Amino acid sequence: MLTINKLHKSYPIGDRSLHVLKGIDLSVKEGEMVAIMGSSGSGKSTLLNIIGMLDEADEGEYILDGVPIKNLTEKKAAIYRNKFLGFIFQSFNLINFKTAQENVALPLYYQGLKRKERQEKSLFHLEKVGLRDWAEHHPSELSGGQKQRVAIARALAANPKLLLADEPTGALDTKTSYDIMAFLQQLNDEGKTLLIVTHEEDIANMCKRIVRLKDGVIMEDVKVDQVRAEQYV
Amino acid sequence: MFKFLFERDTWQEVSDSLSKNKLRSILTMVGVWWGILLLIALLGSARGLENSFNRLFGSFATNSVFIWGQSTSKPFKGFQEGKQVRLSLTDAKKIEENIQGIEFVIPRNQNQALVVRRELSGTFGINGDYPLLDKVQKVKLQHGRFINQNDIDTNRKVAVISESIYKQVFEKDEEAIGEFIQINGMNFMVVGMFEDSNMNMGPRTEIHIPFTTFQQIYNQGDRIGWMMITGKPEYDIKQIEEDAKLMLKNLNRIHPQDKRAFGSFNLGSEFAKMTGFLTGMQFLTWFVGIATLIAGVFAIGNILLITVKERTKEIGVRRALGATPFEIKRQIVVEAVTLTLIAGFFGIISGGWILIALDSAFGQGDDATIVNASVSIAVVFIAVIILVILGTLIGLIPAFKATSIKPIEALREE
Repeated sequence: MLTINKLHKSYPIGDRSLHVLKGIDLSVKEGEMVAIMGSSGSGKSTLLNIIGMLDEADEGEYILDGVPIKNLTEKKAAIYRNKFLGFIFQSFNLINFKTAQENVALPLYYQGLKRKERQEKSLFHLEKVGLRDWAEHHPSELSGGQKQRVAIARALAANPKLLLADEPTGALDTKTSYDIMAFLQQLNDEGKTLLIVTHEEDIANMCKRIVRLKDGVIMEDVKVDQVRAEQYV
Repeated sequence: MFKFLFERDTWQEVSDSLSKNKLRSILTMVGVWWGILLLIALLGSARGLENSFNRLFGSFATNSVFIWGQSTSKPFKGFQEGKQVRLSLTDAKKIEENIQGIEFVIPRNQNQALVVRRELSGTFGINGDYPLLDKVQKVKLQHGRFINQNDIDTNRKVAVISESIYKQVFEKDEEAIGEFIQINGMNFMVVGMFEDSNMNMGPRTEIHIPFTTFQQIYNQGDRIGWMMITGKPEYDIKQIEEDAKLMLKNLNRIHPQDKRAFGSFNLGSEFAKMTGFLTGMQFLTWFVGIATLIAGVFAIGNILLITVKERTKEIGVRRALGATPFEIKRQIVVEAVTLTLIAGFFGIISGGWILIALDSAFGQGDDATIVNASVSIAVVFIAVIILVILGTLIGLIPAFKATSIKPIEALREE
């Protein structure tokens, strides 16, 4: 599904440059649920951004679903993002002046789907996250957990191969966090591949594999026994 | 490429983003609205002023000069300075025959006369005129006719009177044509009546009588009061004036450098000054209007630029969800153009209201300062096109700004 070889990334800081990723090798198969852990500055967000094609590596190889991702124009990157990837953010990043349903329909709009189809699909995905009745509400009228569910529905709408979550529970209380994790596990059970960046051990343990980053290199890459989140809900 | 303009979704997106941020949209539009309002109001009033000038000058042949005799300022050939100069019919004839580019020379005489009819009377300015006068200074006849050649040839005692005389010496609704009035004790038949002009070149004219009749009753002989010279359109009236004056000095034994001997009023150069002024004013109007408009469009660009900053996150999200940079730019440009067009539309309408208000305040009656203040459809059309172009250009600035921010930076948590 996803292969990364000797990935390097530096950021210029003033006249010096900060080497953030120092040769990452990572391979993720279909149906996996991987937690990427590390303290801040370990390079975990940078890695996720490169995987998400929001940023580009300086060196190394990145192959997603058999497609080598390199020398992307902005336009190509946009099309790949739309086709392959679903994003879930810490701060939800819903568009405030659009209703829940319109937010979910947005990636479909950029896919060029017809209005009616968008409507149907977005309602279907809202149903899936249990917010069918909240379709006409604006984000400001939703709780944090509900917002994240809408964001998940939006990430799912385009039917991506890979779901990328950047601290998906970072802005939520523990109960709501487990609630969201339970839902993500359910998606994984259905066969979705998930990549979750987190710095919380309990969240990481709810994945099937943990990759620990430190100072731009992978320290540890282990399979774990998944803790099911349902039991806490 | 422009297919998207006909898609409902495009407009849905634009109307969403504009209508759900109302204050921002309205503030943005105020600049352009104000600009186009000023442009329309200024252009309209300039046109109104121009119209009123044209109405004033409309009845005159503008390539004309009036010349009359004064007194000499230099001694010449044995004559003392201060000699009274009087023009004569012979002078007029010689000028007409010898100066290049002359269309007509019309001699005129003027005096005051007591007009009596039954028990009503008044003193009015009376002129001895040729039929040709009508060609230079349009006589707006309301009834009857103007003096004709037959009147001249037979020294007929006929008079063309102004409406104000009619009001003074006739009863209301009385028929004037064919009636007799007494001028200096002589009976004259009224053959025509004209509308008082609101602009007079020379002394006020209230009665026209045949030139030859005037000569006879005032015992004028060959002398004339002044002459009106009209040049052919392709000749410079200024030159004709100089040539004519020089010739008159020759004929009347006056020093060639004598500047006081002849007085003149050059309608052509006065008119040129006025048209120059109007052209200048129109240029100024366009300049101010377009400058204001550009300022307005910049205001739109400015606010869009600020909102792009404010919308960085939204744009980042859209891009993470698969919007191409082109789609983002397109949306921002369409938003800019929509805003400019709506603002421009309201500007045109309210500019129109201002012109209507101006018209009802200053545009009524004969001596209105602003006549038919209006803007042509073509100008409005051009203004709209300029708006669309400027709107697109100004929209490109925030659009490029929006896509130059990497989605990753846009989404970074603060």
